[in-house]
Amino acid sequence: MKLVGLSGSKVGSKTRTAMDYTLKSVSEKYPEAEITLLDLAEFDVQFSDGRNYWEYDGDTKYVTETIMGADAIIIGTPVFQASIPGTLKNIFDLLPVNAFRNKVVSMLVTAGTPKHYLMAEQQLKPILAYMKAQIVQTYVFIEEKDFHRKEITNDDVLFRIERLVEDTVVLTDTYKRIREAKEAEYDF
Amino acid sequence: MKQYRIDPSKGLEFGLYSIGDHTPNPFTGSRISAEQRIHELIEASKLADEEGLDVFAVGESHQAYFTTQAHTVILGAIAQATKKIKIASSATVLSTSDPVRVYEDFATLDLISNGRAEIVAGRGSRVGAYSLLGYDVRDYEELFEEKLELLLKLNAEEKVTWEGQFRAPLENASILPQPRDGHLPIWRAVGGPPGSAIKAGYAGVPMMLTTLGGPAINFKGSVDAYREALEQNGFDPAELPIATTSLFYTAENSQDALREYYPHLNLGMQALRGGGYPKQQFAQATDYRDALMIGSPQQIIEKMHYQYELYGQQRFMAQIDFGGVPFDKIAKNIELIATDILPAVRKFTARN
Repeated sequence: MKLVGLSGSKVGSKTRTAMDYTLKSVSEKYPEAEITLLDLAEFDVQFSDGRNYWEYDGDTKYVTETIMGADAIIIGTPVFQASIPGTLKNIFDLLPVNAFRNKVVSMLVTAGTPKHYLMAEQQLKPILAYMKAQIVQTYVFIEEKDFHRKEITNDDVLFRIERLVEDTVVLTDTYKRIREAKEAEYDF
Repeated sequence: MKQYRIDPSKGLEFGLYSIGDHTPNPFTGSRISAEQRIHELIEASKLADEEGLDVFAVGESHQAYFTTQAHTVILGAIAQATKKIKIASSATVLSTSDPVRVYEDFATLDLISNGRAEIVAGRGSRVGAYSLLGYDVRDYEELFEEKLELLLKLNAEEKVTWEGQFRAPLENASILPQPRDGHLPIWRAVGGPPGSAIKAGYAGVPMMLTTLGGPAINFKGSVDAYREALEQNGFDPAELPIATTSLFYTAENSQDALREYYPHLNLGMQALRGGGYPKQQFAQATDYRDALMIGSPQQIIEKMHYQYELYGQQRFMAQIDFGGVPFDKIAKNIELIATDILPAVRKFTARN
């Protein structure tokens, strides 16, 4: 299974920290998984200009092709102005409409205030659903107070991350089996 | 209809077209050379001509996985290789060409073919041509509208005086050679939403509408919008032909058609659009209400019947070589069209 961790912001460290914890948990529990971290802070991604994603060069091509090649994607995002950051939205804009068909996508959200808890429901999930993702419904919401010097200090968050990882992998395997069984019936 | 060289009493015209895509054959994993691909296109046009099909068309796309960028050159070879079949583009990306050169080319094709050439002018759903040929894709809409206007003017007038944004002005210019009858059938290629269909209606230009798949009824909106726009602008919808186009594959029976075609469709979509064709959607496509022309000859006939009732179009164009379909299968498709499908379709569409 190819799993991509997409850290969606160029600003701050909380989302990247949470993503590191998450991917570490994946590699410990599922050593056979092929894991790639895409931290958008480390890439110079162009704004979408209407081209097909494979027609870009450099970082833009690498990031989009890596995402398109994944079986599962764990998106980490902070909350900017009550929504996702533009850097993450731009990734979606670079991809084709049905980009997440046959992919499982799960989410972790970092935020400065609990008031943002529903951001993922109202802003992120509709985009993922439109792009045909199989969404892991439960996401991990992590607040400022759960971090201390780039470490997560809240055990509840740590347990939730473990469950998110398990749900992502189990659902990816399950949907794959369902799809294979269904496609085998078609006889073409 | 006469000025568009269409005789409705003979029934629906049935044509073939290629966008010249050049992908590997998924069954073998290998790709034929561009040379072979082009020769096989010319061979296919000969077969279609011999079998009595009405139209053969070739389009241009300027990027990887395509091989008919110089589509007018290939159409020249086809004009020479065939006798009766109409030859057209599918489409000419007018936005990145000079309408004067396009008109010269097709007028010449018309003379080579003894009056069989037509232009189908489009904007290009793939934008590769824009940067390659030095145009800004941000002028996508205006480039096309201005150039189509000029192309239609060249077709209508003997001495042309014209001025625009994207080309040097013309002062009392004669475009030579002139086509055989002094003018050519010129169609506007329309894809997807009705916006472009309405523009074709405003200009009183025949419309070639792509209905690549999904429910056929979804494209009815564009057909109606076109005819309504024609009427609003003083044109008679009964005088302006509509053509529809679709991906096409048939075999002796439905199951063979599905089995033989799915890998081509899936791979072609993967190469051109970055995502394959879902099996679930493909399984629904043999239904007569789905626009994708896949199935046994009988299923294709049912689909044609349904679509003819729905659109009342004058021409149907089948794309039979998508995703690396090999030549023997293309030949088989042409044979099935000629022996099973065409006689039935002509029977229920001819008016005498």
